[in-house]
Amino acid sequence: MLDKNGIAKRIAQEVKDGYYVNLGIGIPTLVANFVRDDISVEFQSENGVLGMGPFPFEGEEDADVINAGKQTITTLPGASFFDSATSFSMIRGQHVDLTILGAMEVAENGDIANWKIPGKMVKGMGGAMDLVASAEHIIVAMMHTNRSGQSKLLKKCSLPLTGVQCVKKIVTNLAVLEIGPKGFILLERAPGVSVEEIKAATEGNLIVEGEIPEMKLG
Amino acid sequence: MIKKTVSSVEEALKGVQDGMTFMLGGFGLCGIPEKAIAELVRLGISDITCISNNAGVDDFGLGLLLQKRQIKKMISSYVGENDEFERQMLSGELEVELTPQGTLAEKCRAAQSGFPAFYTPAGYGTEVAEGKETREFNGKMYVLEEAFKADFAFVKAWKGDEAGNLIFKGTARNFNPCMCGAAKITVAEVEELVPAGALDPNQIHVPGIFVQRIFQGNDYEKRIEQRTVRKRN
Repeated sequence: MLDKNGIAKRIAQEVKDGYYVNLGIGIPTLVANFVRDDISVEFQSENGVLGMGPFPFEGEEDADVINAGKQTITTLPGASFFDSATSFSMIRGQHVDLTILGAMEVAENGDIANWKIPGKMVKGMGGAMDLVASAEHIIVAMMHTNRSGQSKLLKKCSLPLTGVQCVKKIVTNLAVLEIGPKGFILLERAPGVSVEEIKAATEGNLIVEGEIPEMKLG
Repeated sequence: MIKKTVSSVEEALKGVQDGMTFMLGGFGLCGIPEKAIAELVRLGISDITCISNNAGVDDFGLGLLLQKRQIKKMISSYVGENDEFERQMLSGELEVELTPQGTLAEKCRAAQSGFPAFYTPAGYGTEVAEGKETREFNGKMYVLEEAFKADFAFVKAWKGDEAGNLIFKGTARNFNPCMCGAAKITVAEVEELVPAGALDPNQIHVPGIFVQRIFQGNDYEKRIEQRTVRKRN
């Protein structure tokens, strides 16, 4: 079974040379730590920066340079700043190649819910609805089950949707899955996790064809 | 040259009234019009509608107006870290229109640019699209979103000149340029106000035509929400 860093490490393998990537808050932010050094990638943050670098050294924080998680950041050579409308032109116009975000629920048809639990928790969608409606490649990073042990990979989302039929790939603490026409296609198992365990933790239709390899985390 | 300079925040906010709709720049606490917000609190006007990506934190930014119950309605994309906002929203005291962030920016830009509405894929199939016109283009579904209408836009820039030209710094730019000229009156507050001619016309982010009033604010607090750092080796 993977921890959050393990999930981020596996997702980092999906980041290709020359990609512009938008990382959501939470596990997705960790992906930046595991991208190979020998490829060129630029991270976009929707509040208006492309070419995001690591956190600043202590004492060098600048209140005017933050990411969408409101964390102080630095920029790398080649970076740029822009306004919010331009930022979402990059996103809706499909200039950003890959979006990695978290989710509360994903359905077997690719629907995603991640912004609201009616009557209980309302954080808002932020940029998530724009991102999922437009991105060509969307990877969801999340735990396979919620805190009470219920599956987050469902036949149908129970929470208000963020986007419809948009998720392509999911990386959880148990598995790598792809959305196919008939449901979740199991591609890889996390180290030490059996197909049976993944089946038991997946409420939606799980398609298992042939031998399912274990993830290679390098 | 048409002069846009006003001498004080009091003069800059002349004409604001109960029940008006305001746009306020900023992302989290980054690039918010601190001086205009403080003046709105001081004036004590109420029943206002605020268009702003976030609502500050409990004791800073728009959170200050929420505390005093001056806000009737918020149009935002993210409530996030503001407990008072979440409490007022869940209890029904505060009307909230949650809007996808890119749609929020574009509704400002549409108002600025003279477009009454536009189609976006964001929110299609979700509760955001309920009651809105939808339409298919090239096999994909889109939602019709209308431009904002606002009485005042309050923005914050790094530098500005007497002609109202603005330059922003870092990610403090965010929604500010999109809101300039998107309301009947745009008020810009800047950290440094310089004479016309002191800024290079090649470097201007927002031309002065979109700004009606400009003033220099002093002692910006620029509070950091999430101070994240790494250790030196």
